[in-house]
Amino acid sequence: MIDILLVSSENEEFLEKISELSGETITLCDQCGTCSGGCPMVAEMDITPSQMMRMTQLGQREILETKAMWLCASCYTCTVRCPRGLDVSKVAEALRQIKLRQAIDYIDIKKIPEDEINILPQIALVSGFRKFTG
Amino acid sequence: MKIPYYPGCTLKTTAANFEQSTLASAKILGIDLIELPKWNCCGTVFSLAADDLIHHVAPIRNLIRVQEMNDNGVIEDEKRLVTLCSMCFNTLKRANLFVKENPDDLKTINDFMNLEEDYQGDVEVVHLFEILKNMGFDKISEKVKKPLKGLKVAPYYGCMLTRPKETGIDDPEEPTIQTDLLKALGADTVDSPYMKVCCGSYQTVNDKDAVARLARDILTHAQNEGAESICTSCPLCAFNLDNRQKEIKEKDPEFEGIPVFYFTQLMALAFGVEDEFYGFDLNYINPTPLLIKKDLLKN
Amino acid sequence: MQNELNIMERIAEAAKSITTGVDATDIEHWVTIYIMGKGYQVPADLTILTAIEFAGYRFIRGCGCRQGFCGACTTIYRKKGEYRLQTAMACQSRVEDGMYLVQIPFVPAEKASYDVGKENFAASVFLKYYPEIAKCVSCNTCTKACPQDLQVMDYIQAAIRGDFEAVAEASFDCIQCGLCAMRCPAEIVQYHIAQLGRRMYGRYGSPIPEHLKKRLAEIEEGKFSKELDVITSASRKELEKLYAERVREAN
Repeated sequence: MIDILLVSSENEEFLEKISELSGETITLCDQCGTCSGGCPMVAEMDITPSQMMRMTQLGQREILETKAMWLCASCYTCTVRCPRGLDVSKVAEALRQIKLRQAIDYIDIKKIPEDEINILPQIALVSGFRKFTG
Repeated sequence: MKIPYYPGCTLKTTAANFEQSTLASAKILGIDLIELPKWNCCGTVFSLAADDLIHHVAPIRNLIRVQEMNDNGVIEDEKRLVTLCSMCFNTLKRANLFVKENPDDLKTINDFMNLEEDYQGDVEVVHLFEILKNMGFDKISEKVKKPLKGLKVAPYYGCMLTRPKETGIDDPEEPTIQTDLLKALGADTVDSPYMKVCCGSYQTVNDKDAVARLARDILTHAQNEGAESICTSCPLCAFNLDNRQKEIKEKDPEFEGIPVFYFTQLMALAFGVEDEFYGFDLNYINPTPLLIKKDLLKN
Repeated sequence: MQNELNIMERIAEAAKSITTGVDATDIEHWVTIYIMGKGYQVPADLTILTAIEFAGYRFIRGCGCRQGFCGACTTIYRKKGEYRLQTAMACQSRVEDGMYLVQIPFVPAEKASYDVGKENFAASVFLKYYPEIAKCVSCNTCTKACPQDLQVMDYIQAAIRGDFEAVAEASFDCIQCGLCAMRCPAEIVQYHIAQLGRRMYGRYGSPIPEHLKKRLAEIEEGKFSKELDVITSASRKELEKLYAERVREAN
């Protein structure tokens, strides 16, 4: 059995939106897997960065329900290693922004435990809120 | 040398030891770090969305302060801004690069801020490592009163200093700048393949177990190469590698922790600065026993 | 007798003659203002508050001390021909021709419950009760909105880095009108943070006045016990007599 995936105009619109928001030519990705190999958080992710790129190329909106883009630590390892010069961290950011700009936060800032607040450095909270809330 | 200095929020609170040790050791080197008279949170991390301008306002505002310092005569003809925190360095430098490459967006940002003078685009954001390298590491060696002989330390680079390539201060795959500095201080540096792997950064807010796993890999690999301590330039890396050792030990009681230093704490130690500037009380894993063992600190 | 008049009637009376002794025909300069979109002709030298009352409105909310200190009469307005929305306290600002305005009598912001005596004197206290301050993008919208010309962004930034003294000093004249919170894109309630900062600074940061310390010690030792006993055991009549015969500067 061969699974056939039809790419509709809605899919193309989604790809267009992410391409614009990230500023990257996502169709250039040739699925080499280097980004997934270098990603420090890949072991925690449900899909790999390469899969994230592929789903985006095919314009699949289901990607918005995956956890991978939220587990990205913005370390830019993928950015410096991509042989095609793509900035995969920007694609992850664009995907997060689609959700965040609908006022759907990934974390509830009020639920951080007090003992954590007492020890976390400000940069952790500032950057965490930047990435996880709208 | 007088140079404008941006501390960042964390250096005024949980990483006050980073600032204290820096100011003391910089003085020995004849570097006068002049804190910006007014500054705001840099707004780390740099916003990657292509249409986002509001998140660049915070870093640009700080760069305008450098302009003001020059205009008001607080400093003479010095448009460099030195930072210590790797995350602040990355955010400020990337934002600076962004507006230099996008003059239309800079105009929009300037118009938005309205109450400030316009940012002209000619401030240069540097990290203290670059200043030290330009001075020459041999000059640094000359100031060493107590070489850190026998201290096996693994210089940890993290992400924000070397990545992305446009703003990095060294090669992201084979960085040497911190290693060279530590060698100049007389320490036995240890190399490890995990020295440039991300500590997990802000994931520590939401998923501290993932960070504990990453930290454990980084620390264990360093220890396997013989390291007895880690050295870093970022308060978040320091937190993830130091404080999160608590979570590592909870999962694995056999884990042996090692202390995490800020590079300026080691500089202060090597220069023989008074020990009130070391700030070891703010380090989670107390480095004092190790330093006493290595004869670098008196009992 | 005055006490028999209903309180609302008394307010209506007081609101009537604002241009006391002056007839409407004697007023030379009139301006047109728009209250929630409806136009009115009002004397040009009135404040926004008194102009709204001149137009026939009676304030039952959104009006307080009338002296610029209580923060009740928050106003958002736009000047004719301009696009900017500006802010003012209605009792302190004069009307202008073509002013388009609305009152904001109440800001439903949530205030955290805390006991300053039990908190750490560190930046983490702000982050504990108001973690949203870490979302500040330094846009300065709060400063631009403040009708008291306070440097609001600066004190929020000071709070993030635990500089309680700077928070207390910069926010001292805050009247808690709420305009900063209404316009903030990061949904921070600046004036609540300022209040927490001032309370913490007062408790842990500012020096204890020596004369207060001394007086408290004297009271504990019983230096004033005799006089206090005289007053607390006096009858109502004796108290009234004491009060009426008290020494005053005017005497």
